[in-house]
Parts: sequence; C-alpha cells; structure tokens
Amino acid sequence: MVRLLALIPLLIAIVFGAFFLWGLNPDRDPSELPSVLISQPAPAFDLPPVPGAGVPGLAQEDLADNDGAVVVNVFASWCVPCRAEHAVLTRFVDEEGVRLFGINYKDQPEDAVAWLENLGNPYERIGSDLDGRAGIEWGISGVPETFIVGSDGTVLFRYVGPVVGDEAVEEFGIALAQARAVPLQGEGS
Amino acid sequence: MKKLIAVFGLALLLPVAASAVEPDEILADPALEARARGISRQLRCVVCQNQDIDSSNAGVARDLRLLVRERLEAGDTDEQVIAFVTARYGDFVLLKPPFKPETYVLWFAPPALALLALAAGAAVVAGNRKRRRQAALDPEDDARVARIIEDYKREPQS
Repeated sequence: MVRLLALIPLLIAIVFGAFFLWGLNPDRDPSELPSVLISQPAPAFDLPPVPGAGVPGLAQEDLADNDGAVVVNVFASWCVPCRAEHAVLTRFVDEEGVRLFGINYKDQPEDAVAWLENLGNPYERIGSDLDGRAGIEWGISGVPETFIVGSDGTVLFRYVGPVVGDEAVEEFGIALAQARAVPLQGEGS
Repeated sequence: MKKLIAVFGLALLLPVAASAVEPDEILADPALEARARGISRQLRCVVCQNQDIDSSNAGVARDLRLLVRERLEAGDTDEQVIAFVTARYGDFVLLKPPFKPETYVLWFAPPALALLALAAGAAVVAGNRKRRRQAALDPEDDARVARIIEDYKREPQS
C-alpha cells in the first residue's frame, strides 16, 4: 500500500505533463473561439444588395433551400487579408463550382464596388451589412470569416481569418468537400 | 485629514472609471444607461479578449454596446439582453462563467484542491506527532536520564 503511494508523484507529473503537452502544442490557437452556430440554422438576417455591385442582396431564406452546401464569406474592401483570400475563393468558385455568397461588412458601397471591379466578383449574392448587425447575428469577431452552410441552411463549418496559405486552404477544402458530399437530406436529419 | 483620505481614495478610483463609451452611445434615460453600463461590464470583448466591452475601443465592442442599449430600449430585462448576446457569441462572452454541468470542474476544482491540500497537510502533521510519541523513552531510560541530570546539578562542572 505504502509502496503504491510512492507512485502518486509520478502520476501527478504525468497529468501535468499531458496538460503542458496539450497547452504547448504549436498548432493550438488559444484565441480560437468555439462558435455557437455550428449545427445550428443560419441566423436570421436580411441584407440589401450593394448598390452598383450587380448582384442581389442576401438573406436567411437564400441559405435555407439550396442544392448543396454553399459558402458564406464575410468581407470588406478595407480588409487587407480579404484581398489575398479573394483569389482563393475565386479559385474555389471557378474550379470546383462552389456557390459563394458574400456579406459586405461595414463597407462603403462605392468602395466595395471598386474593389469587386478591380479583383472580379465571384459572389452570387452580396448583402450590404453597413452597421455590422448581421455580423453580430453571425457571431463574427472580425473580417474575414467564412462559413459553410448545408443545403438545409444549417451552419456546418466556420473559419475565422483569411483562408490563405496551404494549411488553411487544405483545412477549408476538406470541410467543404465533406459538406458537399452530404446528399440532400430531409427534415430532421 | 478624513477629507484628504476620501479625496485620495476617489482619485484612486478614477482610472477604473475610464470607459470607451462614446457620448453618442449614451442613452437619454440615466436609469437605462446605468443598466447598460452594468451589462457591458459583464460582457467580454471578442476581439481584445479579457477586456469588457465597456472599456474596449474595438469596433465589435462598440456594436455590442449599441446592441445592449437597443435591447434595453426595446424593453428587455438585463437577463434577456445577456441571453441575446450569449445566443450569438456563446458563453465565452460572459466574463463570469455560468454555473452548469460543463463548468462544474471550473467552479469546484479550487475548493476541492484546497480541501485536498488541507487533508494532506493534516495527515502529515498527525503522522509526525505519532512518530514523536513513539520515539519517547521507556520509563527505565527516563529514570536514568533524571538521575544523570540530578547528578549534574549537584556537582556542577567548573
């Protein structure tokens, strides 16, 4: 019995060691927040189009009944990483036929239009979120953020920050492939 | 003197009172504004984590402050406002974690660990005391020791 007690310090050391191993993992981002939206229906929002962008606005209904998973990207012309991410998203749209919707977050419409004319417009719909209220509904903490929404309007995946760089693109691509692989589902599935 | 201490105390409080609330955000109704301030101090800014939205200059913090005031003006109770924000940003926005099964470890670990430490300490102390008692001399040795001391007292060394 007493001999077994001698193992207690070792046990404690193992527990602490495991905790440190987890905490010091360079892949772990301590500022990453869990999203309450995952597996929930997309939030209620109804955004007007960006005047001059030439695509319709975006509302909750547009996400509820699609043929497959779609991507919702929160962007702004003033957001520098969005510029880099734009190329990645455009490639997803052009090469993989992804349907991309945009939320133009706290952006002047004329700036957004100039930005889209300059870089091209991969977005099927763009909602203009001038005061950031739709952003709050989506629980975003900054731009860019990208969501994958299932065909029934359920939020499946959230990516905080730009989908730029091999690792990010791979992670996002895998999530997107999984979401798109899911066949059309009935109610309650 | 008392006045001086009071003034000094108030001066110490000043930096704490600093907040990021801008004049255009403040509600006309002081009671509502006070409630909004109280709620804001319980909500974490999601950008500059570990700062409440009342003292944060971040854009999202300002949006949330405006949202809190908007909900209050719409007639929500404090609890409803906080529930509204939590529904969108999760428990993470609450600076004080809620008490529920997922957070039991968080709430119970400190007192449990303190009790464990006290118990371990008590066990060690009790063990020491027991060992000391066991180390005591038997009556025969006690008598011998007493005799030696007596002898020593009778003829002290020079």
